[in-house]
Amino acid sequence: MHPFEYEAPATLHDALALLAEHRDEAKVLAGGQSLVPLLNYRLAKPRVVVDINDLPFAAIRVDDGHVSLGALVRHHHLEESADVASHCPVLKEAAALIGNVRVRALGTVGGSLAHADPAAELPLVMVALDARLDVRSARGQRTLAAREFFTGYLSTALAPDEVIVDVRVPVIGDAGHALEEFARRAGDFALVAALAVVSLDARGRVATARLGVGGVGPTPVRLPAAEDALVGHEPSDERLTRVAAVVADALDPQADAFASAAYRRHLARVLIRRALTRAVARALEVA
Amino acid sequence: MIVSFVLNGRAREVDVLPSETFLEVLRDRLGIFDVKEGCDEGVCGACTVLFDGRPASSCLVLAPAVRGRRITTVRGLARGAGLHPLQEAFVKHGAVQCGFCTPGMLLTALAFLERHPAATRAEIRTALEGNLCRCTGYAKIVDAVEAYARGDTNGG
Repeated sequence: MHPFEYEAPATLHDALALLAEHRDEAKVLAGGQSLVPLLNYRLAKPRVVVDINDLPFAAIRVDDGHVSLGALVRHHHLEESADVASHCPVLKEAAALIGNVRVRALGTVGGSLAHADPAAELPLVMVALDARLDVRSARGQRTLAAREFFTGYLSTALAPDEVIVDVRVPVIGDAGHALEEFARRAGDFALVAALAVVSLDARGRVATARLGVGGVGPTPVRLPAAEDALVGHEPSDERLTRVAAVVADALDPQADAFASAAYRRHLARVLIRRALTRAVARALEVA
Repeated sequence: MIVSFVLNGRAREVDVLPSETFLEVLRDRLGIFDVKEGCDEGVCGACTVLFDGRPASSCLVLAPAVRGRRITTVRGLARGAGLHPLQEAFVKHGAVQCGFCTPGMLLTALAFLERHPAATRAEIRTALEGNLCRCTGYAKIVDAVEAYARGDTNGG
């Protein structure tokens, strides 16, 4: 690891002042599960590491139709929180799929979003559910929709002097949810991850649908065309299969060292089909 | 910089560089060699310690970040002069081959069973999926953890 200065500010004000001073030469340390590997491999060489773990952003709150996650909420907290389980259980399912148990012990919501791996679970959930991120700098505050926050592979709209403090995720009410993913080894980032959140009306037809896929492009994507092909219809096997085909057609995955474009497209179709099946079954249980 | 923490029940103050990992502090400054270095990216589990009771990769913790924390390594499991009952179960079931993954397996299994005392074999396998054994002795490791969880006496 290259040497760096280390700061652990006690207040947000002090943290933002440090980021304003050092900008590109500073890195924010939260859970460290993405940053420290980059430091160990000398892929990141900050002059200053700003450890924000002493800041008061580790709470989960439910208010006004949202689950509000402090940036320092750890993944294991999402797995174990009764509020998350009852108001936005898809976050619990997503958290349980992150990395391994050690990543989930220390890794944070804000860190996962700021790292912006295109196959990571939390960015996918945030894009599919239209979460909003509260971002601060010494210049002020702004609120970003998840879909505008993720700008490319490992890239976000965060300026060098900004830090995420809070993420507001809409509660999903009576909707059924499922997150399916395929990875070559347990704990790896998924090759492809697929998310479905589906609610049914009194006649058993699909009232609302949120569909998203990760690992098929530089950022996770929500799939409005596939949602439109589902809403208003009975969630029959034939319908779900057709929606999965719409998902596969809407994607333009790239080949890399791990999978061909055709294989990623195939995985997306299979995984969204499985996610739809489970999400609909859950919605029926609630109804 | 000086960092203070509790290691295996004993308060420690250590002079560290911010750019050291806690794994380096344990091995190179404190001579705690029961914590192993494997991948240096948090994947293999060989450097597992308990961080306030939860498994963490010591290779992914910067030295200053352990301030005020309670850390357990495998040597903190010993009961007086003897082994912990889970260690006895590992011996009895032949769950140790080269031994490199063993400290991480023990700590991860104990932290899991503390929260899930009635875990099934399938749940134990899932709980240990982030700890790699390159001797591929997984069956006997799971046998040992399962026997300990069942409360078999004399290490299963």
